[in-house]
Amino acid sequence: MNEAYTSVASFAQTWGLAYFVLLFAGVLVYALWPKNRSRFEDAAQIPLRED
Amino acid sequence: MAQAKAKYLTLEEGFFAAFLIVIAFACLIIAGKTYDQVMAFHTSLGALFAAVGAFIIFKNYFNDGGIEIPQEIDGKPNYNLGPIKFAAWAAMLWGVAGFTVGLIVALQLAYPVLNLDLPWTSFGRLRPLHTSAVIFAFGGNVLLGTSFYVVQRTSRARMPGRIAPWFVILGYNAFIVIAGTGYLLGATQSKEYAEPEWYADLWLTIVWVSYLLLFLGTIWKRKEPHIYVANWFYLAFIITIAMLHIVNNLTIPVTIYGTKSYILWSGVQDAMVQWWYGHNAVGFFLTAGFLAIMYYFVPKRAERPVYSYRLSIVHFWALIFLYIWAGPHHLHYTALPQWASTLGATFSIILWMPSWGGMINGLMTLSGAWDKLRTDPVLRMMVVSIAFYGMSTFEGPLMSLRSVNSLSHYTDWTIGHVHSGALGWVGYISFGALYCLVPWLWNKKQVYSLKLVNWHFWISTIGIVLYICAMWVSGIMQGLMWRAYDKLGFLEYSFIETVEAMHPFYVIRAMGGALFVAGALIMVYNLWMTVRHGEAEEATAIETGAMAPAQ
Repeated sequence: MNEAYTSVASFAQTWGLAYFVLLFAGVLVYALWPKNRSRFEDAAQIPLRED
Repeated sequence: MAQAKAKYLTLEEGFFAAFLIVIAFACLIIAGKTYDQVMAFHTSLGALFAAVGAFIIFKNYFNDGGIEIPQEIDGKPNYNLGPIKFAAWAAMLWGVAGFTVGLIVALQLAYPVLNLDLPWTSFGRLRPLHTSAVIFAFGGNVLLGTSFYVVQRTSRARMPGRIAPWFVILGYNAFIVIAGTGYLLGATQSKEYAEPEWYADLWLTIVWVSYLLLFLGTIWKRKEPHIYVANWFYLAFIITIAMLHIVNNLTIPVTIYGTKSYILWSGVQDAMVQWWYGHNAVGFFLTAGFLAIMYYFVPKRAERPVYSYRLSIVHFWALIFLYIWAGPHHLHYTALPQWASTLGATFSIILWMPSWGGMINGLMTLSGAWDKLRTDPVLRMMVVSIAFYGMSTFEGPLMSLRSVNSLSHYTDWTIGHVHSGALGWVGYISFGALYCLVPWLWNKKQVYSLKLVNWHFWISTIGIVLYICAMWVSGIMQGLMWRAYDKLGFLEYSFIETVEAMHPFYVIRAMGGALFVAGALIMVYNLWMTVRHGEAEEATAIETGAMAPAQ
C-alpha cells in the first residue's frame, strides 16, 4: 500500500512537473510568436468593434 | 407577428417543464414525510419554486409559444438581455442586503448585546449569511449577468435556448434563498464559504452545469473567430467552481428526509479539501471571474483596447496554473504536513507575478487616456478597484509566509485583508460594471447622475479606508498581545483583555461599513433613476427584439 503510494506519488510529481512546464512553455511560445502579433492586436479590438 | 403557433412544446420547454414537475413532486413527498422542520420549510419552498417555474413555461407557451425568436434583426445579433436585467437587479438587492448584514455583525462584535439572545440573530448564524450574501448572491449575480452579456457581445451571437438562461438565473437565486434561510434556521455543514447543506448543493450543481453548457453553447455559436480573453476567464471560473463545489461537497445525508449530512473526507484530508476549495473560491470566483469583467468593461469604458493582449494570455494561463496550489497556506501550524503548507506558501509568492501582470495590464489600458479619470467617476471606480486588486494580492502572499502567518492568523488582520479584496477589488469592479451595464441594457445614454456616482465613490472609499486601517491596527495588536510574555514566562494578557483592547477599532470598522452601505444605496437609487428617467439612446432594432422570452 505504502509502496504503491510512493511510486504513484513520485511518478505524478516528476511527470506532472514536466507536463506543466512544457504546457506553460507552449503557452509562452504561442503568446509571443511574432506571427501571432497581428491576430492578437485584432482580437484586442473585439469589445470595441461591436455594432 | 403572424406566424403560426407550433402544436407542441419545444424539446427544451418540455424537458424543463417535466424536470420542474418531478422536482415539485419530490419536494412535496419529502415535505410530507420529514421530521425536520428546516427540511419541511425548504422542500415546501422548493415545491413552490418548481411549480411556479413549470406554470410559467406553460403560460408562456399558451401566450406566444412556438413563435421563433429571431437570431438576428436587421443583420445585427438579437441579444438575449432579459435574464441579464434580472441578474443586475438581483445583484443590487442582494448587495445591499449583504452589506447591511455585514454592518450588523460588525456592530454585534462591538456591542454583543445586539445578538439579541436569539439563535436566529446570533453572530454565528448571521456571519455566513453576510459572507454568502456578498460573495455568492451579490458577486454571483454580477458574474452571471455580466458573463451572459460579455459572451454574447464578444461572440456576436444570441445565447442558445429560451428557458435555459432563465433557469440558470432564477435557479441560482433560488439556491441563494434556500442557503440564506438555511443559515438563519441553523442548517449548515460548517464549512467556510460552503455552508449550504447537501440538498442545496445538489440543486446548485444542476444549475451550475446548465450554466456551463449555456456558456459553451454561446461560444459554439459565435460569429467572431477568436474567443476574446474575458471569455477565457469566465470559462475558467465556471469550470473550476464546478469542480471545487463537487469535491468539497461530497456528503452523504443521514436520510433524504433530513438536512444533516456527513462529508466523505475525514480529519486533515477534510481540512485540506476545504481550503483547496476555500482558496480557489477566492482565486476563481473572486479573481478569475472579476478579471473577466475587467478585461471587457475597462477597455469598453476607456474606449481603448487592452494594454497588451499577449500579456493577457500569459496572465490567464499563469493564474490558472498557479492559483490551484495555493490553498494549503491556510493550514500552517496544523496537522497538515509542513511540506504541504510550504508548497502552498511558495505558490502564493509566485502568484505575485500573474497578479501584478494582470494589474499592470488593466491599469495601462488607460495609458494615453488618464484624463478620463478626472471626468469619469465610473472609470475611476474601476481603476481604484484594480489598484485594490494589486494591493490585496501583494498582501496575501506576504501573509501566507509561515513567519508572518504566525502573527496574522486568527486575527483581524485576515479580516482586513479579505475586505480590501472584497470591498475594494470585487465591490468596485462590480459597481463599475453595473454603472456601465444598466444604461446599456435599458438603452440609455448614460447613468442618471454622474455626480451621484462621484458621491458613491468618495463615501465608499472613505468607508474602505476606515475599515482596513482599523483591522490592520486591531489585528496586529491582537496578534502581538497573544504572544506577549512577561519576564517570568507567563502570558501577559488574558483573552478578554485583547477583546477589550479591540473595541475602539470594532467601532471604527462598523463606521466604515456604514459608509459602504450608504454608498451602495446611492448606487441603487442612481441606477433605478437611470432605468426610470434616464435619457434614451436613439432607438435601435436591438432593443425591440431583446425582450425577455419568458416571463
